[in-house]
Amino acid sequence: MSVNTTTTGESQAAEQQGISLPAPAAATGNAKIMRTAGIILLAIGVAAPFLSGNFLIFQLTMMMIYAIAILGLNILTGINGQFSLGHGAFYAVGAYTAAIMMDQFGVGYLWTLPMAGIICFVVGFLFGLPALRLEGVYLALATFALAVVTPQLFKLTPFEHWTSGVMGIVISKPEAPFGLPLNPDQWLYFLTFAVGLVAYVCARNLVGSRTGRALMAIRDNPIAARSMGVNTALFKSLAFGVSALYTGVAGALGAIVVQYISPDSFHFALSVALVVGLVVGGVGWLPGALFGGAFIMFVPNIAEELSKGLSGAVYGVIMILMMYAIPTGLGGLLKAALGALSKRSMTR
Amino acid sequence: MHKRRNMLKYMGAGLVLSAGLAMPAISQAADMPGVTDTEIKLGNIAPYSGPASAYSTIAKTISAYFDKVNEEGGINGRKINFLSYDDGYSPPKAVEQARKLVESDEVLLIFQSLGTPSNSAIEKYMNMKKVPQLLVATGATKFGNPKEAPWTMGWQPNYQSEGIIYGRWITSEMPDAKIAVMYQNDDFGKDVLAGLKAGLGDKAGSMIVAEASYEVAEPVVDSQVVKLKASGADVFINIATPKFAAQAIKKAHEIGWEATQIVANVSTSVAAVLTPAGLDASTGVISTGYLKDMQDPQWADDPAKKDWEAFMDKYYPDGNKASNFTVYGYSVAQTMVHILTQAGDDLTRENVLKQAASMKDVTLPLFLPGMAMNTSETDYFPIEQMQLMKFNGERWENFGEVISGEVGG
Repeated sequence: MSVNTTTTGESQAAEQQGISLPAPAAATGNAKIMRTAGIILLAIGVAAPFLSGNFLIFQLTMMMIYAIAILGLNILTGINGQFSLGHGAFYAVGAYTAAIMMDQFGVGYLWTLPMAGIICFVVGFLFGLPALRLEGVYLALATFALAVVTPQLFKLTPFEHWTSGVMGIVISKPEAPFGLPLNPDQWLYFLTFAVGLVAYVCARNLVGSRTGRALMAIRDNPIAARSMGVNTALFKSLAFGVSALYTGVAGALGAIVVQYISPDSFHFALSVALVVGLVVGGVGWLPGALFGGAFIMFVPNIAEELSKGLSGAVYGVIMILMMYAIPTGLGGLLKAALGALSKRSMTR
Repeated sequence: MHKRRNMLKYMGAGLVLSAGLAMPAISQAADMPGVTDTEIKLGNIAPYSGPASAYSTIAKTISAYFDKVNEEGGINGRKINFLSYDDGYSPPKAVEQARKLVESDEVLLIFQSLGTPSNSAIEKYMNMKKVPQLLVATGATKFGNPKEAPWTMGWQPNYQSEGIIYGRWITSEMPDAKIAVMYQNDDFGKDVLAGLKAGLGDKAGSMIVAEASYEVAEPVVDSQVVKLKASGADVFINIATPKFAAQAIKKAHEIGWEATQIVANVSTSVAAVLTPAGLDASTGVISTGYLKDMQDPQWADDPAKKDWEAFMDKYYPDGNKASNFTVYGYSVAQTMVHILTQAGDDLTRENVLKQAASMKDVTLPLFLPGMAMNTSETDYFPIEQMQLMKFNGERWENFGEVISGEVGG
């Protein structure tokens, strides 16, 4: 029995891991394909702002910001196996941290990013401590409550001096530094691109490290993990903290790019959207975050093009079709495709 | 390998395509964005989805009204192309849609974008881009600040004006009143309260005997009402959104508070506020209005009402005639048409803004008699007059003169 569990756990891990775990046999070919795809994507990412109008650059920037937030959620849900319906709250905390620092203290926007990350890490870590007692749907519900409560907190009178209550905070758009020949939209795009890249590399390294393996072990079999000496309580809280850190940095970037925040910006629908992005991109597959970000950024617009009155319904239908066609998200689809490909090359 | 190259090709094609889409259309005159010889492009942002989707009726009415205008030949031969996008009442989404309208659709202006949060979110952008953000659908007083935001203008009476009107009416009709105020603790509640104090003038300090605020998150406002009654006030001013306004009217009736009650204009819906509060309890409540109530029998033979009904039947048959939103949308669309007609063939953004800021005694068919819109380069509040009205147990009855609530005037 126990043998069985481990093997399914392992294969699951490998499945959800996608590229990060070296799969045995024929993996080198796959890795090559993935690396080429990555380089192409990188090249497109660098070239895009010079080829498109400012509006599209703005949309792409927002897409990457959502992708960073989803990456954070992926570390928690995909890697560590804890559900969160409340990441909109961390996004909001990050955004407010950045906005208040810039608005009240005149801090440069770049410095707000690490600060937002640190504050969200602490908030996430602290929230992770009581959440240790909760599993699965119960944890989802607790985090959901966090998402509902947080925007309300920003409206409260005691904080109004800082948050401006429902009026929100308006932020100035930063210009490109060092006289770079970029307009503000292009500059913010590259800033987000760089942050996203660093975030992705860190996430990859984390997952590939000892800590990452511990996190996955907790996901797959907490009892086994504990008996092997993993401090599950600590690691689960850490996962919460790191995940919140990512989402908080995304929130800070979002505030800078949108140039305005108010409690209404962080309706709990945002948390749900992040989960949608996570699932569509592929749970546990890190590059899927980019696809998830694209999905929650662009598909609602497509839905609106199709029917204004029923845009919500159209969005829902697209989502259902998506889940029907690729139940494991884009990550699962790619994995299956690559699997089929390598099988063919092996038989050949 | 082959596949990969194909994919690259598609991606490249997609990029080129999207770049092309984002390029400005070259065919139009450079200084009149959104305008050709046959078309005027207007942008709009409304919540078709999300918590405030009931308000989308306004944009739908506007769209129907522009259909009517186009069918009748348009404005100086130009048809209106009304592009209305959904923001779900979310500020970040509103920014995205505003940028889409300005940068990708290249509209002449954005008209009637709805909601205080969404308009706050796009205000800076619109002013930086120097694109008019006209007749916004919110009463927040901050959207009438020609010094800081010369490209942004409101339409409906702003909340401060409303407060000023209550204050002026009380000082003239009941100079010895003891006033208790309940207000929602946000920009709306504080705006009306500030106006009220301005309207009362020097006597505000002595006349207002009690104030109590509530948070939107609170379930009930009973304790506030009880506390205010204990102050011994004989005028109860209820600056609340519909749900809380209804609770307060009901509670005041239950505890037998015999005060003159004033309820804010946002909570005058008979169906959503007065009926739940109890028609009996609501009888005698006072508020303000600026548009004709189409349910009111006194307008039964009004030609303006007949025009409106003909419009609704022909162009917006699905619309609810009992909803104030359709009257509002009809009137605000007429204001826009007036501004564009005034601008003539000089449809630059500068000139359209100039026309919007130089309305002189413009009246609309569904305005209450005696009301007019006036704007200038320093006055960005088109409607600043209102008439008081009293609920008679069935419907609102206007009484008294039209009162001006000019901010700072």
